[in-house]
Amino acid sequence: MKIYVCIKQVPDTETKIKLKADASGVDFAGVKWVMNPYDEYAVEEGLKQREAGKATNVTVLSVGPKARVSEALRTALAMGADDAIVIDAPEDLDPMATAKALAGAIKAEGGEYKCVMTGKLAIDDNAASVSQMLAEFLAVPHATVVTKLETADTQATVERETEGGSREVIQLRLPAVVAANKGLNMPRYASLPGIMKAKKKTIKELTLDGVGASAADIRVKYKGFALPAEKPAVKMLAGDPAQQAGELAQLLRTEAKVI
Amino acid sequence: MSSVLVFTEFTNGQLKKGSLELLSAARKSGLKVQALAIGPGAKALVDQLGKEGVDEAFVADGAALDKYNSELFTEIVCGVLSSKKPAVVLASSNSLARDLFPRVAARLGTGVASDCTTLEISSSGEVKARRPMYAGKCTAEVSFESSATKIVLMRPNQLTVTPASAAKTATLEELAVPTKDLATIVKEVVKGTSGKLDLTEANIIVSGGRGMKEPANFKMLEELADVLGATVGASRAVVDAGWVSHTMQVGQTGKTVAPTLYIACGISGAIQHLAGMSGSKVVVAINKDANAPIFQKATYGIVGDALEIVPKLTEEFKKLLQH
Ligand SMILES: Cc1cc2nc3c(=O)[nH]c(=O)nc-3n(C[C@H](O)[C@H](O)[C@H](O)COP(=O)(O)OP(=O)(O)OC[C@H]3O[C@@H](n4cnc5c(N)ncnc54)[C@H](O)[C@@H]3O)c2cc1C
Ligand SMILES: Nc1ncnc2c1ncn2[C@@H]1O[C@H](COP(=O)(O)O)[C@@H](O)[C@H]1O
Repeated sequence: MKIYVCIKQVPDTETKIKLKADASGVDFAGVKWVMNPYDEYAVEEGLKQREAGKATNVTVLSVGPKARVSEALRTALAMGADDAIVIDAPEDLDPMATAKALAGAIKAEGGEYKCVMTGKLAIDDNAASVSQMLAEFLAVPHATVVTKLETADTQATVERETEGGSREVIQLRLPAVVAANKGLNMPRYASLPGIMKAKKKTIKELTLDGVGASAADIRVKYKGFALPAEKPAVKMLAGDPAQQAGELAQLLRTEAKVI
Repeated sequence: MSSVLVFTEFTNGQLKKGSLELLSAARKSGLKVQALAIGPGAKALVDQLGKEGVDEAFVADGAALDKYNSELFTEIVCGVLSSKKPAVVLASSNSLARDLFPRVAARLGTGVASDCTTLEISSSGEVKARRPMYAGKCTAEVSFESSATKIVLMRPNQLTVTPASAAKTATLEELAVPTKDLATIVKEVVKGTSGKLDLTEANIIVSGGRGMKEPANFKMLEELADVLGATVGASRAVVDAGWVSHTMQVGQTGKTVAPTLYIACGISGAIQHLAGMSGSKVVVAINKDANAPIFQKATYGIVGDALEIVPKLTEEFKKLLQH
């Protein structure tokens, strides 16, 4: 049975964010794009499930400008994914439209699947929404922020993280959408033969229209982008450690008034 | 008249601070204020909700709702939203709400914005909210499109709690607990052992990096944190080295935090780390390298050995806080 893995391509974490002159968005010129870090855990988990004989095929999916996001799909193929599908779409789809497109593509593929793996959050929009929305559109259960996954034929047991180091153990009927957190596994690097093989694979191309989604599905847009306010220059504290510590404690109380 | 509905949460029969923040913001709009509470004991909240200026309370009470179950909660919330049609829904951006509301939004076909840091609701139910993007490297204003109900998840500690000018008697409507064949079963909830606030809720964070030299030295940070009532965080370098749990990681691939005080000990200030803590109000950096990038984001800086300075700070704070 199949496992789908959804991958978003995002600006590398090293990226210094620059804004467009009219503050309508981020200026992506010169940005290096990578696979969303949490999606690496999702891909790895798919591959592990296949290697454990719990799935036969790992298909990766990405929604976005096809030339660009195909790169992230190639990375997943090089890690060992079997097939890849790109859903060509404009840059600025929101989680709702993205989830619609992903669900549409999975339905169009037809056939049974064991689960859909996603990342817990995309580090660009920080929405943490696509996974749950996708589950809703597929009418299957979901679990987010997952650090442990065990699957049997028709059900899975997951551990998810909540506040303050608390954990929930949840049983899900399969198929389900499972959003991976750090801690789930250690993503592998692509091997050289993997990279060579990935180059030769064809990435299946779908259109937004073709999967029954459109820009009209967008529910959230952004405007008025701003960079964080510049901090005033740092106040450096001199003296020996005891003096520095004493002065800091006083400043935090009397000047910053935070303790 | 359109309304603002607050998804309220409670522990030991008391509304959580985050819920009081949301109720304050809801009242400020001048719109009708509705509250939804789910869980055993929810019914008993109605007086408190009235005191907080709530006009209408909807509660789903019962032992079956003891633990958060995404399927059950989605049913209940969607039921209320489709019948009451509030213009705005407010909830705290915590792990429960962040799991629940995107699914609710998808079912209702309406917009949701998580992790917002500013919020204004006009008397006509228009929402002005901003949220950090790229883990805090920039912020943007949310613009809801074709959304009958605008769902806003607010980061805790961003809105001020104000007392209600007049107490009300909230009307109480009890909601049926859905009985259905569940595909999601919560087997167990394992409580964290620390008993400390989560990093995302903490008012003060003491964070350590590779400059702490070895895992055992995190004990120093624990001691400093204990004195301040703070939560301990960490850089990814020490998480990846296995010194501390990944739940403690602050940064673009860890937690995005916004405490009033962030004390960075032996952390260089890589762009991914800065992204996650740039929302902090006051930043203290302790680093032996005067050129460490963390100083560019700091309010107060100490160039020196963290292993020497941290215990001294703990002593100073002890003295200060005793008085
Ligand atoms: C995809 C990706 C995602 C990432 N995400 C994150 C993230 O979410 N969070 C994160 O933190 N990092 C993240 N990183 C890693 C980041 O790039 C840095 O490597 C990391 O933050 C460095 O951690 P550090 O400051 O503890 O260590 P270092 O950079 O090694 O810095 C140690 C500092 O301690 C100082 N020091 C040494 N000894 C002492 C002493 N005795 N007293 C005081 N100071 C001392 C040194 O001067 C130095 O500045 C990510 C990297 C990548 C590639
Ligand atoms: N454009 C996209 N294409 C494929 N998967 C996506 C896309 N956007 C988000 N996802 C998946 O949904 C997860 C959560 O994203 P988000 O809700 O945007 O934080 C990501 O980690 C991906 O697994």
